[in-house]
Amino acid sequence: MVSTLETRQAVEEISGDYKYGFVTDIETVKAPKGLSEEVIRFISAKKDEPAWLLDWRLKSYKKWLKMEEPDWAMLDYEKPDFQDIYYYAAPKSADDRPKSLDEVDPELLKTYEKLGISLQEQEVLSGVAVDIVFDSVSVATTFHKALKEKGVIFCSISEAARDYPVLMKKYLGSVVPAADNFYATLNSAVFTDGTFVYIPKGVRCPMELSTYFRINEANTGQFERTLIIADDNSYVSYLEGCTAPMRDENQLHAAVVEIVVLDEAEVKYSTVQNWYPGDKNGIGGIYNFVTKRAACRGLNSKVSWTQVETGSAITWKYPSCILQGDGSVGEFYSVAITNNYQQADTGTKMIHIGKNTSSTIISKGISAGKAQNIYRGLVKVMPNAENTRNFTQCDSLLIGDECGAHTVPYIEAKNPTSQIEHEATTSKISDEQLFYCLQRGLDVEESVSLIVNGFCKEVMQQLPMEFAVEAQKLLGISLEGSVG
Amino acid sequence: MLEIKNLHVEVGGQKILKGLNLNINDGEVHAIMGPNGAGKSTLSYAICGKPGYEITEGSVTFKGKNFLELEASERAGEGVFLGFQYPVEIPGVSNINFLRAAINSVRKYRNEGELAAGDFLKLIRSKAAELEMDPEMLKRAVNVGFSGGEKKRNEMVQMSMLDPIFAVLDETDSGLDIDALRIVADGINRMRCPEKSILVITHYQRLLDYVVPDFVHVLANGKIVKSGDKSLAIRLEKEGYAGLGIEENVA
Repeated sequence: MVSTLETRQAVEEISGDYKYGFVTDIETVKAPKGLSEEVIRFISAKKDEPAWLLDWRLKSYKKWLKMEEPDWAMLDYEKPDFQDIYYYAAPKSADDRPKSLDEVDPELLKTYEKLGISLQEQEVLSGVAVDIVFDSVSVATTFHKALKEKGVIFCSISEAARDYPVLMKKYLGSVVPAADNFYATLNSAVFTDGTFVYIPKGVRCPMELSTYFRINEANTGQFERTLIIADDNSYVSYLEGCTAPMRDENQLHAAVVEIVVLDEAEVKYSTVQNWYPGDKNGIGGIYNFVTKRAACRGLNSKVSWTQVETGSAITWKYPSCILQGDGSVGEFYSVAITNNYQQADTGTKMIHIGKNTSSTIISKGISAGKAQNIYRGLVKVMPNAENTRNFTQCDSLLIGDECGAHTVPYIEAKNPTSQIEHEATTSKISDEQLFYCLQRGLDVEESVSLIVNGFCKEVMQQLPMEFAVEAQKLLGISLEGSVG
Repeated sequence: MLEIKNLHVEVGGQKILKGLNLNINDGEVHAIMGPNGAGKSTLSYAICGKPGYEITEGSVTFKGKNFLELEASERAGEGVFLGFQYPVEIPGVSNINFLRAAINSVRKYRNEGELAAGDFLKLIRSKAAELEMDPEMLKRAVNVGFSGGEKKRNEMVQMSMLDPIFAVLDETDSGLDIDALRIVADGINRMRCPEKSILVITHYQRLLDYVVPDFVHVLANGKIVKSGDKSLAIRLEKEGYAGLGIEENVA
């Protein structure tokens, strides 16, 4: 979610943590189109980064130039022209923003209403230049105060590069190395924003961390870089994204999220993604090519990924867990909805390395319209991974007869004591189920929403409260017009 | 209450009902019997507006309204309930959530406000108790893992919660043991009153011992071929359809 300029300025003054400089320079700043060393130096300078980080970016860029774009996914799309992209753009000035909700696309407002988003939040989301909303300022201040008391670090990645170089140098690129894959390497070169989180030893983060409370630049999401470190015996729940439909001029989104979890620590990472999916004819829409990976390095460390992916023209991501520490646990709960011409190739990789590790994968794919939905998962058990346990359940729901659901599970077990279970189902919303609901008084939209929410229940239950209610409504909205 | 004139219904290109006539007044209980494949379920679907059932001729008037112009969910809003022969499962949706959504949807159709959560819970617990259903079952997903008899009883719980003015019960007695039959019959009888009507579709006399009908009809070959009072059902049980000169499944 986006916060307004005024709000940001107000919070900056109060918390004093952020440099004031960049705000005044907005009018004159914009990088030229295309990717080159100059553009990268420009970005790094704009963010006031230390030399080591610029160096890291440039090394990544050189690697990227030698890499080939991957082609193995079951996705059909026009390859992006990398020279036709702005890699840095300043936030919109007050003149470019809508003056009130009257100037905002009424279809967008209708969706906000259906999701139950308050008028105030609608204004912020659509970029209306509102006066300082006293409540949001005081909430943000209280929030940051509480975190500071516990020693929790929650700031932008550029901040962290300046203020916490030791942590950054140690962990950045340690889970997703710069040369990992084409899009992660691109991200390593040009990331412009992102979140840094550090939870100190023994601290249970007092509230859910949401990107809403972190000071963002207006154009986020394009190449976001996130790094979360949970030190021994700590816990944090992190929320990414929001149910409100997000538009972006930039079609390509290639984010990277790295999570490091030490002894006895736990990270819960929840995502609700509703980027613009393109129109009913499949024109436009965001390409969401993301690399997310968690390293469960500590003893009994645990990571839980929960995602509700309803937007984007193309979703290509495999939030994964490397289960190094003995007794470590990885979980992946996913709902991916594709409608009209959307495509999703998503799943997870659970790599079992330590002893007595376990993983749970619950994937719910829903296809409607002419969409394609692919689950691609890997459960890999290394030779020394004694006593591994895995349970995978992937269910597909098809709505209509022009969509597709595909499952590509990989299981590599190199240790004979491992126990791996895989269940898969494919079903339709039957005419009988639909009529049963209709006959009880529910109209078609309500019926589909009810049935789909029931289908996704196990995953939806994993979402933190804030997201849960909105996400349920979002499922219904994403499938409007798919039946009848 | 319900007036059906010369109803012709086709499914998948096949003619099932071929000129059916039926009149049901307020406060009456009618029973329909007939050989398998005669069109009894088709009749219930046509009344309730199931997609795929094409009305090629005839009319269905409910409380003076042309029912054929209304969607299935609207007909439910008007006060019609169908007790399904094979109630379907809805995984992940609890009975409580399902009924709450249904009741509020119907109330919205009638421009009444939503039922408060507390009132709803009180109501559903009392209805479940009346039908001797373990309240724990209310938290389970709709019909998932329910036995045949439990599903039929669940239909009755839904009916008493939704409080329709006209109920069509499609073989509600099939699969029930003696005790369950009594409980379900009590549920149906609790609905009887001068303002409400019930249409019971059944093969067997025994339900009709408990739910005594005012009229009994025989549906064969897409039409109502014989009507009478409750004694007709008793005769059918003794003599069978052939005994009464009714031919089964003439194409």
